[in-house]
Amino acid sequence: MRRMSKIAAVTMVGALALTGCGSNSGGGGGGGSSSSGGSASEDVCKSKTDGDGPKIGLAYDVGGRGDQSFNDSAYAGLEKAVEDLDATCVEANAQTDDNDTTRAERLRTLAEGGVNPVIAVGYLYSPAAAKVAPEYPDVDFAVIDGYASTIATDATNLADLTFAENEGSYLVGVAAALESKSGKIGFVGGVDGELIQKFEAGYVAGAKSVKPDIDIAIQYLTQDQADAATGYENPSGGKAAAEAMYQDGADVVYHAAGKSGLGVFQAAAAAGDGNWAIGVDSDQYLTAPKDQQPRILTSMLKRIDTAVLEAGKAVQDDSWKSGFVTYDLKSDGVGYSTSGGFVDDLKTQIDEAADQIKSGEVTVPAKPEN
Amino acid sequence: MSVVRRAVVVLAAPVLALVVAGLIVSGLLLATGDDVAGFWRVMTTVPSERSIVAIMNQSTILYVSGVAAAIGFRMNLFNIGVEGQYRLGGFAAGAFAGQAWLPGYLNTVVAILVAMLVGALWAGIAGVLRAYRGVSEVISTIMLNAIAGSLIGYLIKRWGESTGNATNTKAMPEGSRIGTVAVFPDSPVELYGLGLLAVVVGVGFWVLLNRTRFGFDLRATGASESAAVASGVDTRRMIVVTMLVSGGVAGLIGLPVMFSQSYNYGSSFQTGLGFTGIAVALLGRNHPVGIAFGALVFAYLSQQANLLNIQAGISPDIIEATQGIIVLAVVIAYVVVRRYRVRQEQAQVARQLDDAPPGAAPASAATPAGGAR
Repeated sequence: MRRMSKIAAVTMVGALALTGCGSNSGGGGGGGSSSSGGSASEDVCKSKTDGDGPKIGLAYDVGGRGDQSFNDSAYAGLEKAVEDLDATCVEANAQTDDNDTTRAERLRTLAEGGVNPVIAVGYLYSPAAAKVAPEYPDVDFAVIDGYASTIATDATNLADLTFAENEGSYLVGVAAALESKSGKIGFVGGVDGELIQKFEAGYVAGAKSVKPDIDIAIQYLTQDQADAATGYENPSGGKAAAEAMYQDGADVVYHAAGKSGLGVFQAAAAAGDGNWAIGVDSDQYLTAPKDQQPRILTSMLKRIDTAVLEAGKAVQDDSWKSGFVTYDLKSDGVGYSTSGGFVDDLKTQIDEAADQIKSGEVTVPAKPEN
Repeated sequence: MSVVRRAVVVLAAPVLALVVAGLIVSGLLLATGDDVAGFWRVMTTVPSERSIVAIMNQSTILYVSGVAAAIGFRMNLFNIGVEGQYRLGGFAAGAFAGQAWLPGYLNTVVAILVAMLVGALWAGIAGVLRAYRGVSEVISTIMLNAIAGSLIGYLIKRWGESTGNATNTKAMPEGSRIGTVAVFPDSPVELYGLGLLAVVVGVGFWVLLNRTRFGFDLRATGASESAAVASGVDTRRMIVVTMLVSGGVAGLIGLPVMFSQSYNYGSSFQTGLGFTGIAVALLGRNHPVGIAFGALVFAYLSQQANLLNIQAGISPDIIEATQGIIVLAVVIAYVVVRRYRVRQEQAQVARQLDDAPPGAAPASAATPAGGAR
């Protein structure tokens, strides 16, 4: 019994420490040295406590603020809203062992704290938001990537803000194929599911539109739908996957894996000249450490920041729209970044592809072929 | 020792542990520049009705998880695989219930049995490997956890369906769902109907340990394997059966949420409960009542994590750290209190010997059980 307790305690602490390492190495990999880091003092929600604009409540997805990707794109929206709308904000973090009840509880706590709108980042919040929205008819709810309005069909205060990630990914796929010398490129996805497959499908279609016989290595960090931590909070897994691709001859790797993508950049920096990585959601060139910046070709922009800002504005103007709102290439909801200037010589071709999508000449698939 | 004194000693360890943990966490918060006053304000506020129900819900789930781990611990079997067992069991039950091969509640009952069976078999693999091939159950269960995750991922991708961006098994028919119990009339959060499973599991665990031959063998093997073998316990069989029972209970962990809330196994299935269960069992000293206490503490902490985060701006990571600190503090506190008790007993025996007529009792009889010096 006694020996057991000791072994158990050691293992428990070991497990806790390992989880800690898992989430911290991301910060160490870039967050610490970056400008948008996660320290409390720069947090707009803490530094600005009163304003005439809306009070926005934001519930983050797994990975949280500081992932320099998905969640940080939402945070960028808060920063804009604070500046443009004189808004104030409250943030809440996800826990990896959340269930629908704890997620709903988070949204309720936000709603009761007097915020409007409540914006939940990530589709996992959909069932929770669908349950909570009817309980607070005076507060507007939005779910990024969500499908909540298909569950609570009567709610007039509930919106799903979705993105045409496949269109944005198509553009960076074009860039990847144009830049690749080896004829081999890669894709690292977080959780192998509907959402990330949209990125994959667009990327593959874009690359093949330039070089139909291009070789594309595809790897997901987990097949396990419920394991968001391994998918999106796992820089070492991202690094291992990308390293293998570079060693195998791929010279451009695109990631759609949130914080795990920081590992892809590390691998790109280690692989050195002639090898590139492509960021996702935010303009990741801006937050990458100096040694990785020269390796970040471009980033697929998913303008969650715009969606957050517009949700705040809609509450301010009393023009809330419920149901699905789609941000696509046409509405500038997705795009690609040019920071670093590495795609300047490819710009004409990428923009041409963008025009074809906007005009409807090209339809980008949302699901991988096989 | 008197009853009062005994009770004080029993309660001393957990209380001491909580106080020490509280002090350490306060220090941690000071060091990170967080709002210490805010932390204690939130932690000591009486939870709202809604939160109380949420805490009860989470406690029942953690309790089942704690018991699943404790069954193995009682026999020195470190089943880390509760995590994989409950997820695979939950998935199997969700997939089965979604098919609606059976009508109404019959479907529910069989789905529950399926969950237990699958959890038991998954744990049984580790049990058989340990009993007949000497493979450490710690290693094999960790690996089985990883395999379970990938297996579910594969199966659900192949046969599951998608709702928006989420992927899940087919929703179970309305007739097989279990309703919720309203504890407070106005609370939007209600008690999971299958939370009752926790009571059944708790009573069953107590009866198994204290009123069955299997339970006696289990405790005997845990206390001393060689002594158990000498008295005729088939330890190989015990290892396999214990793992089966542990895994069977583990299979139940995910069911309350599934049958009362999500109605399918999918992206939003709650993970990590198996690991938390290990800590809960440790906190509760593998005792049916102690585990309930441990589950309550952990459920309370994770419920307050949201409030801390939103009202005091403290990261939920602090709550994870707090849980770890409490577990460590409890283990240390028990060692300290046990040493104190042993010394007290030794002193008492020595006193009695001094009072006894000279030449009566030999000194060797005075060594108390488990005499650590």
